[in-house]
Amino acid sequence: MSNAYFSLQREDWSLHRKGQQDQDRHRDKVKQAIKDNLADIVSDESLIMSNGRKIVKVPIRSLEEYRIRYNFQKGRHAGTGQGDSQVGDVIAQGRPDKQQAGKGEGAGEQPGLDYTEANVSLEDIETLLFNELELPDLADKTPDQIVAESFEFRDVRKKGLSGNIDKKRTLLESIRRNARIGSNKAQILPDDLRYKTWEDVEEPDSNAVILAMMDLSGSMGLFEKYCARTFFFWMTRFLRTKYEHVHIRYIAHHTEAHEVSEEHFFTKGESGGTICSSVYDFALRMIEREYPPDRYNIYPIHFSDGDNLTSDNEKCVKLVRELSEKSQMLGYAEVNQYSRNSTMMNAFSKLDIPEFRKFVIRDKSEVYAALKHFFSRRDGVKSA
Amino acid sequence: MNNEEMAALEQSIEEMTQLARDFGLDFYPMRYEVCPSDVIYTFGAYGMPTRFSHWSFGKSFHKMKLEYDLGMSRIYELVINSDPCYAFLLDGNTLLQNKTVCAHVLAHCDFFKNNATFRYTSRDMVERMAASADRIRHYELKYGRQAVEELIDAGLALSEHVDASTDGRNARAKVKQQQYRSRHGEYDPVFHSVDHTRSPYDDLWSIGETAEAKQQKKPMVKARAAQKDIMLFVIEHSPVLEEWERDVLSILREEMLYFWPQMETKIMNEGWATYWHLRIMREMNLTDEEAVEFAKMHSGVVLPSRTSINPYHLGLAIWEDIEKRWNNPTEEERERHHREPGQGRAKMFEVREMENDVAFLRNYLTKQLIEDLDLYLYQKVGNDWRVVETDWEKVRDSLVASRVNGGIPVLYVEDGDYNRNGELFIKHEYEGVELDLKHLEKTMPYLYRVWGRNCHVQTVVEGRETIFSHDGKRTQRRFVKD
Repeated sequence: MSNAYFSLQREDWSLHRKGQQDQDRHRDKVKQAIKDNLADIVSDESLIMSNGRKIVKVPIRSLEEYRIRYNFQKGRHAGTGQGDSQVGDVIAQGRPDKQQAGKGEGAGEQPGLDYTEANVSLEDIETLLFNELELPDLADKTPDQIVAESFEFRDVRKKGLSGNIDKKRTLLESIRRNARIGSNKAQILPDDLRYKTWEDVEEPDSNAVILAMMDLSGSMGLFEKYCARTFFFWMTRFLRTKYEHVHIRYIAHHTEAHEVSEEHFFTKGESGGTICSSVYDFALRMIEREYPPDRYNIYPIHFSDGDNLTSDNEKCVKLVRELSEKSQMLGYAEVNQYSRNSTMMNAFSKLDIPEFRKFVIRDKSEVYAALKHFFSRRDGVKSA
Repeated sequence: MNNEEMAALEQSIEEMTQLARDFGLDFYPMRYEVCPSDVIYTFGAYGMPTRFSHWSFGKSFHKMKLEYDLGMSRIYELVINSDPCYAFLLDGNTLLQNKTVCAHVLAHCDFFKNNATFRYTSRDMVERMAASADRIRHYELKYGRQAVEELIDAGLALSEHVDASTDGRNARAKVKQQQYRSRHGEYDPVFHSVDHTRSPYDDLWSIGETAEAKQQKKPMVKARAAQKDIMLFVIEHSPVLEEWERDVLSILREEMLYFWPQMETKIMNEGWATYWHLRIMREMNLTDEEAVEFAKMHSGVVLPSRTSINPYHLGLAIWEDIEKRWNNPTEEERERHHREPGQGRAKMFEVREMENDVAFLRNYLTKQLIEDLDLYLYQKVGNDWRVVETDWEKVRDSLVASRVNGGIPVLYVEDGDYNRNGELFIKHEYEGVELDLKHLEKTMPYLYRVWGRNCHVQTVVEGRETIFSHDGKRTQRRFVKD
């Protein structure tokens, strides 16, 4: 530059990736935070109630940049009016919008209002959550619908659908041909065209049925039902995402059991006493009728508050034994907020059957542990 | 910006530089760089192109970039306090916008160079930060990324608690001087010279220090007097930090001291730059379209906000008011203060040299201005934010108070050997505004991370003296008995 007092330059910054790199690091940390807080997130009401909204807000505390700072809510702040401001004028409701007027130069972010809630898509959470889950001891059973049809692009041919043109190979062919005849023209003749073609692939899949059983008796309070439904909510999503041929049957019971629709299962409450043997009996009959154990992997999972009619317990134990023989895994989860002495758990605790898994949920964040307990290969997570 | 525009811009800069010089602005040689938006936003997020890497910068980069992409806000430029002075212009700006920006940064640079607050900032910070970033990268390789990141998390949380005042600097120089004397016991021309300015090689003086001397320094954890520089106290006296950890914290502290004057002069500095870009652009030959575009851009920059103070808007108003009042003093001012007319510019240059935001607002935000600008105070009343005060003195005093210490709560280390157990006791100098308790509770573990023993912070919650204590696991609070 001729002038020593200033210079004006434009350089090539295309390799400058510092911001992006640290942004990735931040994203990794958000992911890690979701993973660490999965137990809280899984039982978060707003998430369950999100009704298919794709993005959910998850409070991620570890990523807020904490500082010793003033409480914005309690302080007095200065503002600029339009010439006629009076004491008592309302200038904002809720949080004042701190969008800096005048697109200021410095990165003058006001400290009072930085608030971290990461927007996370439901899909991200599911990916993380479902990675850890699987149907235990899924076995190959004799064929019913065990074939899942899918296709793979494996071959390249000279004829095909124009939507499936393989651009790279077509270009390569064209270059080759042009090189052969020594021409410099870059043109593509019909003879150069290459198409990707597919083959049908048959992937063996196993048949499985889940019997979702829930106690809807009067003793199941809001908290109990919430935990049970949260569990089944994630279970349903998990099974539908990961397995193609899984039947889910919903059975509700109080003193009697009956099959209900999915919607009813997730929304309605009933009342009455509790006889758990009724639901086991119902499940057994359903298995006999529709799901022969030599053709199906059967997973009955039962949620209750453990407040069973005492005289019924013996019958339950007997039925559970019977049901276990027919199932790959039989789960019993008890929602017991106040660590009551539960007659059911007492009765079941004497049972030592490998297929039979039990779990006690005391806090809603334990729903996550319950999911991992039931849907893991081995009896990994011990119930407390 | 295409090549033609670059050439036109270069020509305009030449003109504007001359204009600025004729106006009396005094700046470092300028280095203008035209960059794409993601580079500008990277620099904006880091505060400096060469700064070390940390996820929190990535987070703000992402946020700023997103707002830019959505058209919600934009940075026009970024200027670095250094010699030569670097200014980064946005490639996506129009030619006229970049001209305005160049005029604007000339005044910023004049301010950096001449304002007293900036006197002791390192003008070679671009290189220093690059060197620091290198060291931190080296530590990452040696001690693991996780370990370094966790330390920086803690360091950044506390980094605002430094002492940038002249008193703080003098006190430290004195300590250094004493240390030097006790070690060497001889006259040293550098430390004893009256005009002792900081040189980049000061730290070489401690090279002769033996390992024993260093060892001896460690146990003196009792704070001699209340120490505002929490970072320095931790760096010097923490019983648990490794040498490399002290180095990382020193880097953060040094960078904070460099940025500190910018926090203390936000309103003045932006007002000054806005005042001068107006004056310089008025002297330029603009086409009709350009004049309209400039007017639009300028009015966007000084757009006032109902819920905050726009430093460009308020700063410009005060500067223009100073010019007016010293150009045309009243009868009274002439008699009582012997103020001669026509001294506007001279007064402005004097103020730009001597004051910071606190003094600027206290001395020059007049009753007339507050009423003309319609400034008020608002507060949360129930669920709404309502105007609660329009009395000019209260508005001015509250504004001044909000700029004290750059708007950051003032804390002092009271004791480094609290409970005779080497615990750290810090007191918040409560002046009517409470701390954000959630944030305080979450910052305590960071304090514990660097101190390694129980930490206590005393503040006032709803009128009662309260002490927050952290023991490595939990933060507890208790009231101080009267």
